Amino acid sequence: MTGSATVMYDAPGPKARALHRIIAVAFAVVVGSVAAWIIWTLVANEQLTAEKWSPFLRLNTWTTYILPGLFGTISAAALSIVFALALGAMLGIGRLSEHRTVRWISSALVEFFRAIPVLILMVFSYYLYGQQAVFPSEYLAFTAVVTGLSLYNGSVIAEILRSGIQSLPKGQSEAAVALGMRKSQMMRLILLPQSIAAMLPALISQMVIALKDSALGYAFGYIEVVRSGIRSASYYGNYLPALVVVAVIMIVINFALSSLATTVERQLREGWRKKSLGKDLRQDYGE
Amino acid sequence: MNALWASMGPQLWPAFWTTLKLTFFSAIGAFAWGIILAGLRVSPAPIMRIFGTWYVNLIRNTPLTLIILFCSVGLYQNLGIALAPENSNFIKNNNFWLSVLGFSLYTATFVCETLRSGFNTVPLGQAEAARSLGLSFTRVLSLIVLPQAIRSVLAPMGSVLIALVKNTSIASAIGVAEAALLMRSEIELFADQILWIFLIIAAGYMVITLTIGLTFGYFAKRLAVKR
Repeated sequence: MTGSATVMYDAPGPKARALHRIIAVAFAVVVGSVAAWIIWTLVANEQLTAEKWSPFLRLNTWTTYILPGLFGTISAAALSIVFALALGAMLGIGRLSEHRTVRWISSALVEFFRAIPVLILMVFSYYLYGQQAVFPSEYLAFTAVVTGLSLYNGSVIAEILRSGIQSLPKGQSEAAVALGMRKSQMMRLILLPQSIAAMLPALISQMVIALKDSALGYAFGYIEVVRSGIRSASYYGNYLPALVVVAVIMIVINFALSSLATTVERQLREGWRKKSLGKDLRQDYGE
Repeated sequence: MNALWASMGPQLWPAFWTTLKLTFFSAIGAFAWGIILAGLRVSPAPIMRIFGTWYVNLIRNTPLTLIILFCSVGLYQNLGIALAPENSNFIKNNNFWLSVLGFSLYTATFVCETLRSGFNTVPLGQAEAARSLGLSFTRVLSLIVLPQAIRSVLAPMGSVLIALVKNTSIASAIGVAEAALLMRSEIELFADQILWIFLIIAAGYMVITLTIGLTFGYFAKRLAVKR
């Protein structure tokens, strides 16, 4: 950015460069002193001692607590993405249907599941399944998390699919009609294959959202990575280090997935520069 | 149903009022911090850009439940950082403000990214033309860049706000008495009417989120920049 003009800043001259250097130094001083204060507070509260952190060097901390929790997080997220894909395809195509009832019902469901918190969806299914004894009790929390995530992510994927199909050039469906294709053929052979490719980055970043949201199961005792971190912490008495370790694990996984989504997005965009495809369909507003 | 309504009805407004208060204060915090972060991420000094990028990538990839727990267990219980005055309502107020802090820190990253992509929708030629007319930095920003950027940012900002409203339900994990906690306590009392409880709470959230969605959608459409 230095050297060339941006929307915000003109290309800096010698005076501006000197000013930028002063601001950068002042900023470094502020950040440095905040960091020093944090470290000092941690030391004063005996959070940086070896005994607080050494449990994470032991294998059985990982095999008893962290890894089963991580498995809980990943399995719930992965399974719910599979269900969400099926549900999203149904609702997304339903919203584009020519039958008013189908369109109306799909839209109502999508809007409903997107308008309410995932947590209350999960809590509702948790108690409902418990009461109706639908699933064995040890799977109760797992099924509740998967249900909540599937319904929510399914609705988001439905919207992504819909805007993916709508962003395709009109010539595509016109050509299909001109060839005498049925509507189902047009959807299956022409529209879906193209929009699913365009959806790939959005699906990957939806996986990140599902991974993060599976931690909502914490509220009703689902053994996901945050809950397992807290359990190990109550055993060793090291809450802060446990939360930091869990955070690092999640950040590494999610950051890797987000970067993958960005790379795929860029490659698709470059491949499709000449067509009017390649609209960014990702929807992450901090769910 | 009557017994349920008699128990739930009077508590409904206080619970959703807490949800709204959580949203309001967190939105202010998130917006202020998000503007600063966006400023850092587009700043000409590399160190500020690096800090902004790192903060955004770290925080938005962390589960929000973990951030809220970190504010409660980490900041308060382990480091003794309290955010409320010592009085009879201390625990209640402290958990409220700790969760506001958590929501602000988390949502700010999405505010920042939204603002940044808003700046990117303004064509460089707009700023170049303004500079060639001799406008100063502040006038380029306030007369040319911001009016265009803010308009294109309205719709996604509404989505960020809706996500925040829904996220405030996570505060129930540290015992803030908002709508999601009311839902759980009512389910304990009226286990046979889960569906009604769910529908009532869901309707409350829908009123809030759909209102925000429609308002922001209306203004985004009305104020859209035609290019």
